[in-house]
Amino acid sequence: MKEKTKKIAFLGVITSVALILAYVEAILPPIYAAVPGIKVGLPNIVIIFILYRFGVKDAAMVSGVRLLIVALLFGNVMTLAYSTAGAVLSLLVMTILKKINSFSTVGVSIAGAVAHNLGQIAVAILLLESTQIGYYMIILVVTGTIAGIFIGLAGNAIIKRVDLKI
Amino acid sequence: MILIMKKSENKKKIRNDIILAAVILLIAVAGLLLMNLNKTQGDFAVVKIDGVEKHRYSLSENVTVDIVTGKEDENINTLVIKNGEAFMKEADCPDGICVAHRPIKNTGESIVCLPHKIVVEIQSKDNIDGLDAVA
Repeated sequence: MKEKTKKIAFLGVITSVALILAYVEAILPPIYAAVPGIKVGLPNIVIIFILYRFGVKDAAMVSGVRLLIVALLFGNVMTLAYSTAGAVLSLLVMTILKKINSFSTVGVSIAGAVAHNLGQIAVAILLLESTQIGYYMIILVVTGTIAGIFIGLAGNAIIKRVDLKI
Repeated sequence: MILIMKKSENKKKIRNDIILAAVILLIAVAGLLLMNLNKTQGDFAVVKIDGVEKHRYSLSENVTVDIVTGKEDENINTLVIKNGEAFMKEADCPDGICVAHRPIKNTGESIVCLPHKIVVEIQSKDNIDGLDAVA
């Protein structure tokens, strides 16, 4: 029982860490204003950490709470649709790659970032039926790969250092 | 011994990571090439103001036109069509993004001047009815 309480408290704290990271990202100037959606994805550091230290169920829970609060604070229903599609696909891909156990956190994170962007583009195609989405997709796949490398390295550093016995 | 094994396993994982990143980037490059091959030279430069088509110029002629907008006709963008390409030569908008934009010639490409609500879009003969304008 005590263990469970400890875990819930910890997950609550780490959810707020993810929120702060999302806030930091929201107030940073856009990396390249002409192409919206290019982001480092800082909150994904937290998601990767939970995925490795706790498991996919807890990662999904924290991710879901984060998405909802971020949409309420900084976004709207549209951004919620985009980010939910991205987050679900991303977590799915990361869980599978982690299970396969032939990639490090960096590889898992790269696949997660690219999956996140592809999920968002899938929603964009459904909602907008845009013709120029092809270029957008390629840009986001490339930037997602780069962002995934950084997030994977950061996540790895935290997973190594923070070893909670919960 | 265990440590050595772990190290080699880590090395293997890092190698896999690199392969993964390379494959993803390769697919992206292949996609880019494929899209460039599918590019077709357009036939018209269509000028839209506030989303409504105002002028249509053939890319085969060489013209320089002033697009005048604003309530008191105070905004001027100079559009040049030369050698089958269209570009914005001058504009009195504050950001100048449209002037910095490279010349456009392929179907679907566009130059946007947000402050003056002007869009110059390349269209081909096949989609004159504007089927492609949904974007």
